Amino acid sequence: MTETEKMGLMQTACKVRTGIIEAVHAAKSGHPGGSLSAADMFTYLYFKEMNVDPENPKDPDRDRFVLSKGHTAPGLYSALAHRGFFPVEELKTLRHIGSRLQGHPNMNETPGVDMSTGSLGQGVSAAAGMALAAKKQGKNFRVYTLLGDGEIEEGQVWEAMMFAHHYGLDNLCVIVDNNDLQIDGRIGDVVDPYPIPEKFKAFGLHVVEIDGHDFDQIAAAMEEARSTKDVPTAIIMKTVKGKGVSYMEDQAGWHGKAPNDEQYELAMEELGKQLAELEVK
Amino acid sequence: MSEVKKIATRESYGNALAALGQDHEDLVVLDADLAGATKTSTFKKAFPDRFFDCGIAEGNMMAVAAGLAAAGMVPFASTFAMFAAGRAFEQVRNSIGYPHLNVKIGATHGGISVGEDGASHQCCEDFALMRSIPGMTVMCPADDVEARAAVKAAYEFEGPVYLRFGRSATPVFHDEDSFEFKIGKGEVLQDGNDVAIIATGLMTYEAIKAGEMLREKGINARVINMCTIKPLDEDLILKAAAECGKVVTCEEHSIIGGLGEAVSALLSEKCPTPVRRIGVNDEFGHSGPAADLLKQFGLCAENIVDCVCSWK
Repeated sequence: MTETEKMGLMQTACKVRTGIIEAVHAAKSGHPGGSLSAADMFTYLYFKEMNVDPENPKDPDRDRFVLSKGHTAPGLYSALAHRGFFPVEELKTLRHIGSRLQGHPNMNETPGVDMSTGSLGQGVSAAAGMALAAKKQGKNFRVYTLLGDGEIEEGQVWEAMMFAHHYGLDNLCVIVDNNDLQIDGRIGDVVDPYPIPEKFKAFGLHVVEIDGHDFDQIAAAMEEARSTKDVPTAIIMKTVKGKGVSYMEDQAGWHGKAPNDEQYELAMEELGKQLAELEVK
Repeated sequence: MSEVKKIATRESYGNALAALGQDHEDLVVLDADLAGATKTSTFKKAFPDRFFDCGIAEGNMMAVAAGLAAAGMVPFASTFAMFAAGRAFEQVRNSIGYPHLNVKIGATHGGISVGEDGASHQCCEDFALMRSIPGMTVMCPADDVEARAAVKAAYEFEGPVYLRFGRSATPVFHDEDSFEFKIGKGEVLQDGNDVAIIATGLMTYEAIKAGEMLREKGINARVINMCTIKPLDEDLILKAAAECGKVVTCEEHSIIGGLGEAVSALLSEKCPTPVRRIGVNDEFGHSGPAADLLKQFGLCAENIVDCVCSWK
């Protein structure tokens, strides 16, 4: 990845974050914290990693993305909109009656959404099913799925890991957004799922640990996942919940709450400044 | 009635899958460590590359099936009715039903005729659970011929389907050569205008026997086999209710939420008609031989006859 490319991704991530704030503010509800923590990953997947075409969103050979932590739909929608799957302006219809942008992803309504999710622990299994389909169909597409770190408290995640390892799904990339917070507080205080990498290793996955806000590390991890054979890869990324909006950062309270008008203005101002600084560089 | 051959519909399920697998490369079968019991082992033997054991993890199996369907395969996900409809309800609802994915759920060991395993494995709530999911087709075939036809129809149908099969061998009464099956269509097995008996699954054969016993008593029952519980064959039921004036429903399922309630709801809205429901009366089963349990729980031809004869 060139420096120019990286700068482009950083700018896009900033725009994706702006879209998240626009959407959640317009909806007066939704989940900004975990959308922002994964914004860099959403950006990398849709602007660099995945073989997708907004003009042909149902291409049977495309790479798939399953947002297992479906509540962070605003992050996915913002990335899809900026990638051209639907107009960016449409983000403001999030959660409104008649909108294609449901509170949690609906594959039959939103262009670019590959699986309906929202009930935690299920998307990762569906992603494993897609990866298995690719193997059986002799296709080369890869499947990416993003889990919350609280989500891995769901037992089904581990059923899926056992399955994905057993069937040698090396075309499956499981990403864990380790922002350390869930609704009720620190994940270690609610029901401690740490140590996370060791658990995935114990299930036989190839594990890569990265800083989820560093595009060089994301790129290296994706490259490592692609070159790993016979077993699925788990990328455990340390992130900051609410990343990019000062007052939301590392606050469990911003898991599922929309900013009011004043907070919205402040968030937009901060993100605007970040983008301007990146564009100067 | 002469002696008839008996086959468990779970055997039919396995045989139908193996037959369909010959012609359809996109058909895959999943099981949750019960292939020997659900009879998906028949398919596994024929097509080991398209059979995936998911281990004892039914929730994961249902969502894996959803992913396979989303990528263009036609998965049949198989386990006992208790675990398919019960344990994995939410995965079926959210990962299969909500996206309306093309997953077929093959649920064996439905009802109390599971027998000796007892209440924990005798699912009498699956129709209720599956009927409540928007867009879910729910079927319960009555014999081997119908079961194999239903599996084929489910494969050819686009959308989620729940199929319930039985553990115990039950009489085969359909004629293979003349039988025609259509999802959503009931079947009049005996004509009559005194009472309509609408049955599903293994209760259909009991209803046929009851129809013959009633005829000897001078009562002409219309015996209807209702394999598809959802969507219901409304026209056939409304016509039967209007012409017979009273309706008895028979199912190896709780009287709550199954065929009886579906028929009652339809009739109370469109053709108010008295209905009596024969089924499991809001109680759990227990261990015992299937035939004894069916007797004990009042799920036999004699019970249908008593129900009709005591109805003044």
